Amino acid sequence: MRIKHHPILDFPEKPKVTFFFEGQPLEGYEGEPIAAALHAAGIRVLRYSPELHRPRGFFCAIGNCSSCLMEVDGVPNVRVCMEKLRAGMQVRRQRGKGDIRATH
Amino acid sequence: MERVISVRHTDVLVIGGGPAGLNAAMAAVDCGAEVTLVDSADRLGGQLVKQTHKFFGSKREHAGTRGIEIAATLAEKVGSHPRIRTMLRSEALGYYPDGVVALEQDEKWIKIKPKRLVVATGASEKFLAFPNNDLPGIYGAGAVQTLMNVYGVVPGKRVVMVGAGNIGLIVSYQLRQAGVEVAAVVEAMPQIGGYAVHASKIRRLGIPILVSHSVKEAIGREQLEKVVVWKLDQNWQGIPGTEIEFEADVLCLAVGLSPTVDLLWQAGCRMAYVPELGGHVPWYDENQRTSVETIYVAGDAAGVEEASSAMLTGRIAGLSAAMSLGLGGDGAAQLEVARKELAALRAGPAGEKIRAGLAKLRGSGVVAC
Repeated sequence: MRIKHHPILDFPEKPKVTFFFEGQPLEGYEGEPIAAALHAAGIRVLRYSPELHRPRGFFCAIGNCSSCLMEVDGVPNVRVCMEKLRAGMQVRRQRGKGDIRATH
Repeated sequence: MERVISVRHTDVLVIGGGPAGLNAAMAAVDCGAEVTLVDSADRLGGQLVKQTHKFFGSKREHAGTRGIEIAATLAEKVGSHPRIRTMLRSEALGYYPDGVVALEQDEKWIKIKPKRLVVATGASEKFLAFPNNDLPGIYGAGAVQTLMNVYGVVPGKRVVMVGAGNIGLIVSYQLRQAGVEVAAVVEAMPQIGGYAVHASKIRRLGIPILVSHSVKEAIGREQLEKVVVWKLDQNWQGIPGTEIEFEADVLCLAVGLSPTVDLLWQAGCRMAYVPELGGHVPWYDENQRTSVETIYVAGDAAGVEEASSAMLTGRIAGLSAAMSLGLGGDGAAQLEVARKELAALRAGPAGEKIRAGLAKLRGSGVVAC
């Protein structure tokens, strides 16, 4: 959910873009981290862990902890707390460690 | 064919554009050094950009001003300075034995060989062990601040905060400002660690602060649904029968920070484990110089403290680094002023922990190599 009223901060509306989460269209602000757009849409499960397949969300929000790795436009292990949202992005929950060979 | 590997040169390379790094860069450039400042984010300011509360301390360290405003002022000064080369979206990946720092910027490799290096990489959130601590909905306090105060998105509807230090108290207040309910603040210590002024604000909002309590477990299927806390005995063990269950979709951990010192380990700096400073820190002298004489450390990477002191240790590191290159003008006088201000800032009861930590570090018998 986005903050509408805040006693100190202003969050002006920004240009919206459409992106895809698990194939479904969603809207977010262009240039915000993908994780912020997903949170605003109420999506907090970002991947499943490699061994026990446990759901994981984001934890540190500044690119340090690797909890928020997702598959973006076919590329695995993208830190979505850092990666900026662009129109048309295909964002998917990562299952396991991701396959680098598939992208290079 | 000749393969040319270009290495950039700079007088002082500052890694980290938070309060410490920005001040280090300004201090060094004011001494006449040519400075390169790198940061992994796409804007300067580090974690200051999410601090919406007003700062304490001295006027020179921006007391009475909100962190976001301090960040904007400093970032503007540094970012527009003709002799500071600012590199954003640049992650320092490694320090090599020949003194080269490798960076990645926009998927390109860059190598920089500085005459002096200031490491101002800050700190990262500590974690807490309890069943299901990996459920989505469990965040570091810094992450909640970033999400709310930088991106304008709330983490959920109802929060349990762990930690009644300043960060836990301030973030609880900020959650309320953003319209999020805070069910309780839980603190393992028998007393509140943060300043009374912050604790009072929380209590006036009717949020209970439960001391001698910790998390027993998190409950949820795909994401957090409930948090169970329990009372701790004198040996920090949970007491069965004292459990309290909170419906909550957010559990926020404000249980301290660890200095981010990977580059310093890699550079071979002598390290010491000092709990009062947040964990492993490099040994350093009063000029913030580590045991590797071309490397300086400032801010939380030198020991977790506050933004006000980070600005001062940054200034000291920047001045010292430039002066060691024979630059400086009135650097010595400025250094004296900064050292005095830092000592004053650490003088009160709130500075007790850092003073004890520094005494331990300095007394660790480590000498410059």
